[in-house]
Amino acid sequence: MAELGVKLGNLTLKNPVLTASGTFGYGTEYADFIDLNRLGGFIVKGTTLNHREGNPYPRMAETPSGMLNAVGLQNKGVDYFVEKIYPTIKDYSTNVLVNVSGACIEDYVQCAETINALEKIPAIELNISCPNVKKGGMGFGTSPDMAAEVVGAVRKVYKKHLMVKLSPNVTSIAEIAKSVEGVGADSVSLINTLLGMAIDAERRKPLLSTVTGGLSGACVKPVALRCVWQVANAVKIPVVGLGGIMCATDAIEFLLAGATAVQIGTANFIDPAVTMKVIDGIDEYLDRHHFSSVTEIIGAIND
Amino acid sequence: MKHILDLTLKDSRFLNARNILMKFTADEPLPGMKPGQFVEAKVEGEPKVFLRRPISIHYVDEEKNELWLLVQTVGNGTHQMAKLRPGETMNFVLPLGDRGFDCEKRNQRLLLVGGGVGVAPLLYLAKALKEKGNQITYLLGGRTKADLMQLDEFSKYGEVLVTTEDGSEGEKGFVTQHSVLNDNKFDYIYTCGPTPMMKAVADYAKKSATPCEVSLENRMACGLGACLCCVTDTKHGHECVCQKGPVFDINDLNW
Repeated sequence: MAELGVKLGNLTLKNPVLTASGTFGYGTEYADFIDLNRLGGFIVKGTTLNHREGNPYPRMAETPSGMLNAVGLQNKGVDYFVEKIYPTIKDYSTNVLVNVSGACIEDYVQCAETINALEKIPAIELNISCPNVKKGGMGFGTSPDMAAEVVGAVRKVYKKHLMVKLSPNVTSIAEIAKSVEGVGADSVSLINTLLGMAIDAERRKPLLSTVTGGLSGACVKPVALRCVWQVANAVKIPVVGLGGIMCATDAIEFLLAGATAVQIGTANFIDPAVTMKVIDGIDEYLDRHHFSSVTEIIGAIND
Repeated sequence: MKHILDLTLKDSRFLNARNILMKFTADEPLPGMKPGQFVEAKVEGEPKVFLRRPISIHYVDEEKNELWLLVQTVGNGTHQMAKLRPGETMNFVLPLGDRGFDCEKRNQRLLLVGGGVGVAPLLYLAKALKEKGNQITYLLGGRTKADLMQLDEFSKYGEVLVTTEDGSEGEKGFVTQHSVLNDNKFDYIYTCGPTPMMKAVADYAKKSATPCEVSLENRMACGLGACLCCVTDTKHGHECVCQKGPVFDINDLNW
């Protein structure tokens, strides 16, 4: 049994396995299948200041080794989260993070400030990379200046761990990462989905109501790994890797590329118990290769 | 309680050119399942298939410990499912859908309307309803005689009326044109099938002031209410078909 615990700055994880926002509901949807307390943490779905209905159906299309989604941050708003959801999830003995998104800087700030007051939420993941909303979202995450502006504004009101989720739909993800590091982000998570599109040739129509959507699943892993490696070599703050992790070996590859922790997303749809297998698989790998701690393999391809 | 488990295929046979009846079993007793609920099947051996496939529960034979699925082979996933051989296993997440059909009706006259492979959930439903003393009438539609499936099974629980678009069996036309609907004598309607058919049944139900519930089959990913992909537009906003349904009261839908 190797040591699985890792530290993301001031945030301690019992193991490096988190779940990705938007794929894990509020955690409770998976409680029949796994012990949520065994996770390093889980990140609840994208929360905004106000209620959002999201995009019209259809919002999903299966693609080779992956899927496109265009959910569009459907959620009932931060006040609903505080009143109805928080009491039901606050007592899990794991890190519960909230993914925060917004249409303008003031929305992000107010939402983050509200969550700052929640004792049992040790961190937020600031989503400046959602490709499925018309206003805000990815708009903030595709320019270093805009990213710095929103992260800097949130940093002023949010006192706990501030993770920033980055978009791969940019020329240089390392530049964006450096920019948010410069204004006080505690960690960065990457990648959010890749902007994609699917067409039904027989009907001559797009498969998504929004035409374009976010690509996730096994097919994005090579892109995600490349981004994690580039960012890990560009910043000093911890990197959380995600994108196409389907099994323990995939997760280990992200750690080797320089991620301190990982998030499991779309794989939860195919195997609702996959997170437990990833934790066990990392443990088994460390034993087999005679490592005493998971921290020894972080960024090890550079060794 | 939802489960992830491997079931063994006991028997499968094509009922017509497109639809296959698959009977699964397990060494352990199957988890409790309710009419209207569904399963998510993991399809192996087909690289083009990434997500699980949602399939309605056709019937549960508690005595034989069998789960029956009626599968329409339409795409890569379902065609691959049909290749499974007896003795082989398939992995399932089940049972899914917090709201199945309302099975609490007693001593009422009930109409069950199905079209195409949408007839699937109506068999297990009828078994539950018949046990409560209800009088069941089925109205099942297809384009042609060959589309009609499992009529012998359905007739164990009630009167089976059929329509075909080409008149090769039963009355000619759509289910909503059947003469049985001319005199409104039903207390409640259940329906599952193609969306245009269900909308026509819902229109009939509203006009005849008959309560009605429908089972939806939106494209979905997780099946658990986590990904929010399979939403339908309801009076309460977008709701996940997989979690809040798949059965909805027509008055809750913005149809």
